[in-house]
Amino acid sequence: MDTDQHDTPPVLEVRGLSTHFLLRAMTLKAVDDVSFTLHPGRILCIVGESGSGKSITARSLLQIVSPPGRIVAGQVLYRATPDAAPVDIAQLPARGPAMRALRGHDIAMVFQEPMTSLSPIHKIGWQIAEGLVAHGMMTRKQALARAVDLLRQVEIPNPEQAAEKFPFEFSGGMRQRAMIAMALACNPRVLIADEPTTALDVTTQAEILRLIRRLQVEQGLAVLFITHDMGVVAQIADDVLVMYHGRVVEAAPVSDLFANPRHSYTIRLLEAAQKLGMAAPPARAAVQPGPRLLEVRDVMLTYPAQGSLFRKTVQPAPTLQGISFDLHEGENLGIVGESGSGKTTLGNCIIRVLQPSAGSIRYTRRDGTVEDLAALDRDALRAARREIRMIVQDPFASLNPRMTVEQCIGEPLLVNGILQGQALRDRVAQLLTMVGLPGDIGSRYPHAFSGGQRQRIVIARALALDPRLIIADEATSALDVTLRGQILDLLLELQPRLGLSFLFISHDLGVIRYFCNRVAVMHRGRIVEIGPTEQICTAPREAYTQRLLAAVPEATPQRRTLVSV
Amino acid sequence: MSTQTSGADAIRPARALDTASEARLVWLRFGRHKLAVLGLAIVALLYLMAIFAEMAAPFDPDHSNARLVFHPPQAIHLIDHDDDGWHLRPTVIPYRLARDKVTLAATYVQDGEHHTRLRFFVHGDPYRLWTLIPMDIHLIGPAEPGQTMFLFGADRQGRDVLSRIIYGARASLSIGLLGVANSLLLGIVFGGLSGYFGGRVDWFVQRTIEFIISLPTIPIWLALAAALPKDMSPLVKYFCITVIISLIGWTELARVVRGRFLALRSESFVTAAMLDGCSRRRIIFRHMLPALTSHIIASVTLAIPAMILAETALSFLGVGLQPPAISWGALLKEAQNVESIAAAPWLLLPGAAVALTVLALNFLGDGLRDAADPHGH
Repeated sequence: MDTDQHDTPPVLEVRGLSTHFLLRAMTLKAVDDVSFTLHPGRILCIVGESGSGKSITARSLLQIVSPPGRIVAGQVLYRATPDAAPVDIAQLPARGPAMRALRGHDIAMVFQEPMTSLSPIHKIGWQIAEGLVAHGMMTRKQALARAVDLLRQVEIPNPEQAAEKFPFEFSGGMRQRAMIAMALACNPRVLIADEPTTALDVTTQAEILRLIRRLQVEQGLAVLFITHDMGVVAQIADDVLVMYHGRVVEAAPVSDLFANPRHSYTIRLLEAAQKLGMAAPPARAAVQPGPRLLEVRDVMLTYPAQGSLFRKTVQPAPTLQGISFDLHEGENLGIVGESGSGKTTLGNCIIRVLQPSAGSIRYTRRDGTVEDLAALDRDALRAARREIRMIVQDPFASLNPRMTVEQCIGEPLLVNGILQGQALRDRVAQLLTMVGLPGDIGSRYPHAFSGGQRQRIVIARALALDPRLIIADEATSALDVTLRGQILDLLLELQPRLGLSFLFISHDLGVIRYFCNRVAVMHRGRIVEIGPTEQICTAPREAYTQRLLAAVPEATPQRRTLVSV
Repeated sequence: MSTQTSGADAIRPARALDTASEARLVWLRFGRHKLAVLGLAIVALLYLMAIFAEMAAPFDPDHSNARLVFHPPQAIHLIDHDDDGWHLRPTVIPYRLARDKVTLAATYVQDGEHHTRLRFFVHGDPYRLWTLIPMDIHLIGPAEPGQTMFLFGADRQGRDVLSRIIYGARASLSIGLLGVANSLLLGIVFGGLSGYFGGRVDWFVQRTIEFIISLPTIPIWLALAAALPKDMSPLVKYFCITVIISLIGWTELARVVRGRFLALRSESFVTAAMLDGCSRRRIIFRHMLPALTSHIIASVTLAIPAMILAETALSFLGVGLQPPAISWGALLKEAQNVESIAAAPWLLLPGAAVALTVLALNFLGDGLRDAADPHGH
């Protein structure tokens, strides 16, 4: 990276860092010859897909790579002050006092999952103060006062009271703020943020990004920000490092990288991100909807009241509060919402994994008869589920690890008594080819496949019964962005051939916008707005939809809508 | 638009592991656990020994000799010499009973002149293998019939302790297995009911289990065992003891099964199976039980030692198996008073057998558990 443009010397300089995992059979080069510099007052983003080595790079800087991982080569030069002689962190003993003194004090880290990084049994205030006391910087009382001050800095309302609370009393976003406060407690010079917003809702993500940017400017921090999301990169980065299979394939200032990506992988990454971005044309704008397939009216779901001997019975708020919509044949209806909005519950109610407490779900069958799914008995439900299929988020958990691919895909055909023996095997091979996999892999077990391939297997299983409606619940959320586009394209390609309709549930507006021609926005168990995708995305009427749209990180560094400094 | 996977996500050519079933993967992971493999080898040897106890034991365990009371253990010497020179052949140096001229106390002194030669597969005390096949072959023994060999010493009736330990393994180890089989049956039925149906059934089963766990074990065993009629045949008594021991042991297994069932019920592949149209029976037997087996095998292996220890404790206290029945606990009963231990410390050797078995089973169980659930820790 070009260092001449910065007048201050780098606070952290990484040269030829290699972290390898020495496994029994082989050496896994998780980080291979990585070099970069971190400057005060700048944000360096490391971007890459899962397994690219970006997290291991960050952990190597603090020497907290879990065994059998080990730094095998390279230097990590840290300067405590601009004039100080650099210390090579990679040479310090990982458990020694010198390394401990650096961690948290000079270089602090924020992790992805704020719940598991906070101790559940200590008050927030004390957890923040602890580092200060441990580093011998303050007395207990001073440290607690500083904790309150830090909580104010990270924009937590009523910091005095918040310091007295436990992590479980905080929401996800609040916990991540507390984590940032903890990281900032000792006034570090370098902040490493490892996917700090990945577990958060998009509106919360926007707030946290804004907060990190503000603190970085105010305190002149050098920030190493790790993410897989090109949108986040475009919004927050000054410089970008693209990692692929443990190596840095491209390093450039953010505007250059987005304007002229040089490496083919960067180009692929950007194309995938822009395809599912808010500026790209959607894949299915115009659709002539067929006859009505699904008529959902006033569906409610209330979980039964939880009472016990010692606790008063509390009537919980209903999870679904009167959901109504129609779905027509050949249509793709997107359900978008943040976590806890009830979108997954809605999908589960329609396929009757959950029993709605009230309302009707009238489904028109292939032969034209209309039945209320909410009132079907076991056998009728089984018949209905041959026409309505579901694809869930986690391709690793949704395939039985003890069955071969052929058994997994063939199971719905077998148990419904449709095919067996050689005919079944032929049909499975045909289904595999249909979803873009070789037809002869049926004898392998799911563990032999990557996430994207498994999701294709799950799709093949869903298609086995020749369905008419597919409920896809976050079907692409667990996949890397380049695979996400491929899976969506596969579904779109199959749709006209097989006469499918989709109910597509996702938290990702970009994906919904690409895939669906109509979208329903859910918030706290209600549909707040429903309409054609184009209209919802360009001219939303409801305030909540507007807020949701404004929080989407756009993959264009020229338009930093989230983070303005 | 393409239905082909891109270069980054290409299907690799088939490798041997790709078609390896879950059971095979568990087995491969188990193989890496050295201590567990050692445990498996020891357990296998012990059970083989118990099955072929008549052949493995050098003598009839009830063969007593009043002149060989508390005969001390003899070491096997591999090199022997006589008038013809040196030989490589296993021998033991016999002991002779001598009386101290002053105190008249009987002591054993080594008789260095006549060495007892040992051989494999010798003819010795006749027996009926599994009470059916009449035989007299023993794995190891003195070459000449009528000679003696006490590798682990003799007890107060001059019976060979090694032979008695080997016969005792039969009762102790099989009680472990039978007890666990009983426990497993109860555990799977109640744990499965509890985990699958949940709600009221679960509440009732769990409270029952908690009640049983809260009972002080040893007094209950003592009471139950004491309630058995005195004139019961040893075989019936043996089964009664097994049932009594397993009545307590099933609770732990029931909890394991219930926990796994609850966890599995919310797995997406189980939901997927339901949506595929699988019947309830197929979901339980094709999808849930196979996922449970490796965990159950591991829990069972870890439960056997508890059964063996329970039998030992009961017999030691004199309410389990009674002489003439031989079990490790019954043998240890001989070592109940300090005087006999002082005179013949080798009477504690059955305890060493118990410890070896329990340790080996624990290593095996730990290894199986780790192999079945590599992400459990």
